[in-house]
Amino acid sequence: MLRFILRRLFQSLLVLGVVFTATFFLIRLKPGDPFSGEKAMPASVRAQMEKRYGLDLPVWKQYFVHAAAFARGDLLPSLRYEGVPNAKIIADSFPVSLVIGLSALTIAIGVGLPAGIVAALRKNTWLDYSAMSLAMLGICLPTFVMGPVLQWIFGLKLGWLNVAGWFERSDWILPSATMGLIYAAYIARLTRGGMLEVLNQDFIRTARAKGVPGRQIVMGHALRGGLLPVVAFLGPAFAGITTGSFIIEKIFQLPGLGQHFVGSVFNSDYTLVQATTVFYAALLVLINLGTDILQAWLNPRVRLT
Amino acid sequence: MSASSLTPLAALPRGRSLRQDAWARLRKNRLAMVCGVVLAGVVLLCYGGPLFCSYRIEAQNLDMGATPPSAQHWFGTDEAGRDLLVRVLTGGQVSLNVGALATLVSLIIGVAYGATAGYLGGRVDSVMMRVVDVLYSLPFMVFVILLTVAFGRSMMLLYLAIGAVEWLTMARIVRAGVQAQARQEFVEAARSLGLSDARIIFRHIVPNVLGPVIVYTTLTVPAVMLLEAALSFLGLGVQPPQSSWGSLIDQGAKSMETYPWLLAIPAAFFSLTLFCFNFVGDGLRDAIDVKSSKD
Repeated sequence: MLRFILRRLFQSLLVLGVVFTATFFLIRLKPGDPFSGEKAMPASVRAQMEKRYGLDLPVWKQYFVHAAAFARGDLLPSLRYEGVPNAKIIADSFPVSLVIGLSALTIAIGVGLPAGIVAALRKNTWLDYSAMSLAMLGICLPTFVMGPVLQWIFGLKLGWLNVAGWFERSDWILPSATMGLIYAAYIARLTRGGMLEVLNQDFIRTARAKGVPGRQIVMGHALRGGLLPVVAFLGPAFAGITTGSFIIEKIFQLPGLGQHFVGSVFNSDYTLVQATTVFYAALLVLINLGTDILQAWLNPRVRLT
Repeated sequence: MSASSLTPLAALPRGRSLRQDAWARLRKNRLAMVCGVVLAGVVLLCYGGPLFCSYRIEAQNLDMGATPPSAQHWFGTDEAGRDLLVRVLTGGQVSLNVGALATLVSLIIGVAYGATAGYLGGRVDSVMMRVVDVLYSLPFMVFVILLTVAFGRSMMLLYLAIGAVEWLTMARIVRAGVQAQARQEFVEAARSLGLSDARIIFRHIVPNVLGPVIVYTTLTVPAVMLLEAALSFLGLGVQPPQSSWGSLIDQGAKSMETYPWLLAIPAAFFSLTLFCFNFVGDGLRDAIDVKSSKD
């Protein structure tokens, strides 16, 4: 187990190296540079700025300077928000994304799991059909349709919540619900499939023959196996929720990390692009590791090697 | 034994191939069939419809502005007085093109990669699949965005970038199927006849794993269209005056308070199409893959 974790962590460092390198060169292929904003800069100021941030060096030298800094854990200052450390930008904006992401995940699991279990237990009844049709609707409604619709209903028509922004305590509800309900749909489908698979197996029949009460069969025996596909999905789901936050944050005008990522790409803010991308990748790598460990714990047949 | 005691061949119940079986099962799935028909209708409408429209996508009428659906403009007009019907239909062409081409790219990469890994096996296989594992753990949306800004906003590149990140699952599916086939006698027979590896893989093995590939392809199309729409929504996809369903929804969402039809109509088309693709994919899976059709 420990060997597995160590090996995966080593592998993760390689992944982060690849991500850093790819990002470094891709963003420099984009036409334009960090100082070509709306206002034209005098050439002398520009030269000074480039010198200060080391942009006058040849690209390969810049690569090694930046790589060394990132390896030390120094995410460098932003080029566009002059002198503000990227680490501070991430520290300020990521909590917003995290609150939205975690509450969306909670909604997704809280709605999706029970719906999937009920649909599996009442297979081919109206309950099953209506739950699964709703789930399919959730999968087909993209966040950027669901979001505006929820804004319209709860913000404009009913006036219960703010349409957009990040000012009041209740402002997390609409964005989290938008994203949570869509992932609830995927989770409901996976739960139903997983539960049906398990409920058909011999050990369930044995338990039933022994006279184990139905509730205990479902909660104690079937759920553990039935959850496997759901747990396997949580990694990609979290990835989708963090990267999907670009769109959610645009719809609801939230000051989260996604906005900084998209903004920095548009502005050619090289160091900020690198910092956010590496940050996202590190987050994903950790989540995937956590998912694998959780899967091994749920299913003894999965061997971590 | 007289000839008359033999049952004439024509009277025997005809055997059914697996493909016919699958088709029969699909035919019985009414929802999937209806979705297939609707899908065909949407495709026909998007590609054929604009030929019969008297308005051009970029033709503006600023005096008129946004008007609700009427007899002249069935879907109404947007703020610049452009006819929404023709914009939704041509936007559909863009979205469907992206769906088809990006899926094709992911199909080609995924099948070639997965088949090679599964057939060769051993060390090559484990290295190739480890690469897939690593790619899985990348924030791929980030890379699609970086790819689209790095190489300019050409549509072709958008297809390639999306296809290049969507092939991973396909590779896994194909590899699993090929691995199961590669140890069978007919492959050994082909090898003993001196056929090349490439010929064995693509002529003899790949056709046997087509079932799951077809199913997953049908499910990739809506995923890809969703990705393109998300990019267009962020302003990274198709550029004006061209429009896709994603960019129309983006514009519609901005003015949904005053002109709700600008959001409702493109969103309805987009969601309906995704809905149908998903149900056809599910139906195909139940029809082709007997094992998973229990549920």
